[in-house]
Amino acid sequence: MDNSKRYERLIDRYQHGDINRRTFLGLIGAAGLSYGVSSPFSRYALAADEVKQVRFDGWGGVVSEAFRKHAFDPYEKSTGIKVVEGTFGGGDEYLSRVKASAGGEYNLAHLSGVFDYARYHELGLSTELNEANIPNLEFVIPKLIDVFKQVSGGKLSCVPYDYGTTGIAYNRAHISDEEAREKGAMLLIDPQYKGKIGGWNDWRTRIWYASLQTGQDPNGATDMDAVWDAVRTHRDLALKYWTSGAELMSLLAGDEIHVTEGWSGRIFALREEGHDIGYIDPPNGFGWQECLFVIKGSPLEACEELLNFMLDPVTSIAVAEGQNYPPALDPQKVQLGDKIPTLPAFDPSGTLENLTFADPTYWNSNEQEWSKTFGRVAKGY
Amino acid sequence: MASIEAREKRQPWILLSPALLTIVTLLLVPLLFIVVYSFWLRTASGADQIGFHLDNWQEALSDPFYRDILLSTLRIAGITTLLCAVLGYPTAYFVARSRTRHKTLLLLLLVLPFWVSYIIRTLSWINILGVSGALNAVLLGLGIVQEPLQMLYNEASVILGLVHFLLPFIVLNVYVSLIGIDRHLESAARSLGCNQRQAFLEITLPLSMPGLAAGSLLCFVLAAGTYITPLVLGGPRDAMFANLVFDAIITQLDWPLGSALSLMLLAVLAVVVAVYNRFIGMGQLARGLS
Repeated sequence: MDNSKRYERLIDRYQHGDINRRTFLGLIGAAGLSYGVSSPFSRYALAADEVKQVRFDGWGGVVSEAFRKHAFDPYEKSTGIKVVEGTFGGGDEYLSRVKASAGGEYNLAHLSGVFDYARYHELGLSTELNEANIPNLEFVIPKLIDVFKQVSGGKLSCVPYDYGTTGIAYNRAHISDEEAREKGAMLLIDPQYKGKIGGWNDWRTRIWYASLQTGQDPNGATDMDAVWDAVRTHRDLALKYWTSGAELMSLLAGDEIHVTEGWSGRIFALREEGHDIGYIDPPNGFGWQECLFVIKGSPLEACEELLNFMLDPVTSIAVAEGQNYPPALDPQKVQLGDKIPTLPAFDPSGTLENLTFADPTYWNSNEQEWSKTFGRVAKGY
Repeated sequence: MASIEAREKRQPWILLSPALLTIVTLLLVPLLFIVVYSFWLRTASGADQIGFHLDNWQEALSDPFYRDILLSTLRIAGITTLLCAVLGYPTAYFVARSRTRHKTLLLLLLVLPFWVSYIIRTLSWINILGVSGALNAVLLGLGIVQEPLQMLYNEASVILGLVHFLLPFIVLNVYVSLIGIDRHLESAARSLGCNQRQAFLEITLPLSMPGLAAGSLLCFVLAAGTYITPLVLGGPRDAMFANLVFDAIITQLDWPLGSALSLMLLAVLAVVVAVYNRFIGMGQLARGLS
């Protein structure tokens, strides 16, 4: 709707008595003010606000390297807008930083899972992207877009970017592929590997795998006592809870642990480096999709431009090949090259029917209680 | 005359004002925020509910989980301090009494660890004690062990990391204390019949106690407040109290509870400092550091 139409509608409402004189004059005044700040005279004042940089926070390691090389450097060269990078070890940690920041300090984040998106939205940290400014969204798998729109009332505060799994990674020198396939999630609580088991220090992942170990639906466990017992069993057998992708890779590569759950892309990267690490997704393994989220208070147009640049198939494929996670691009619409079809979790159909994603309602409604309980259980209680 | 007296009274405050302003702005005001926060609540969505609620304090003070981890933290800090004192005193004594012309180099070596990030120093133990680390490689190479030893991710590795981090603090404090002692006192004691051991126990050790006590206090307080070392070198059960604060604030987004927990740790450490002040005196701390 253009401004002329808005004014006509306002006058019409006033003339028909839908709004009183004071409200009408107030709205006209606000319109005048908005014209004032957008008039040619305002550009001198606004010049100081010209966007010179945007901040992007991600998972670090090979993921950040891929973003820097294939997306940020070309974007900076093309637009002159600098991309300042930061890293985090998990969505919870990052949310805490954003909460403590001044508005606009953090702009874009590589968030994992729809549950994170929902949390940010519920905390009032989302924004409304203008999809017209991101034409490359047309290449994205529709299902990935729809789940985000359902959370934020039909609007997007992010663009889907990639997906992957948190499966079971094991050192082939000690554990065979057959054994891993046979035991599945139970491999993580096999007493035979006591002291050689690792795990992500993340309450969702621990509960997800404990649900599988107790034969329950990871998106709807009914016997939480059994789940917590399984988490305790894993804790007592584990040598270390890792807190970042770099630590995961270091523990596996250094032979400190023989089995852990791991992020598909990181394990692929280890294998590319020559480490003989096996990887399986057990039935109902943890699938997730990542998005590039724009935080409230960010310079929207600059962010939209960056998002569109990053969704360009050339950029997106290059980043995917660098970070080893399949892109959110629809394989039915875009030719994804030779490497991507070989990545773990890749779905050539573009429907992602074979992956089990975390149900944001289920997980977020239990987040407060479970994250706290896990904090205790992890420390021996 | 009156104006001169008034000026003299004002002068110390004027000179102190930058330091006081800094302390108020950067220490007391944030502390006040934390106190206020500790009476708020966290809502289900993670937002804060403003108000005056005692729930966090009730939980922090009555839950055995927090009490046990606090006691474990104080125990680890105590062991670390003891080890630092036992290892640090002879080192400081050696440097202080050394007549070598390379004494400056020895002092430089003492402060050298401060030039490297604490996190990097902590991480370096993974390369030393890890399954494929240097120590295991040597042991395996010499045939002393047949399988690599699991030396990391337990309480011992946490204490080792803390001793590595805190040892220079105690060495420097004791060193400063030792070089301040008039060496003629020891000579006098020897001339009056003391043997070397007695002279040390009766003269040197008591006179160097302020430095040892100041260093120990610093070690204890810093060890009790650490969270990086148990995070990097500890296993699942080796968390210290600061890790609980980290979990509450960062992982659970429960800033109000995290504030109450951090104030609880602060209060316990304040009691330690108060006990120190009662029996040794803060003046000794200043002397030890001077």
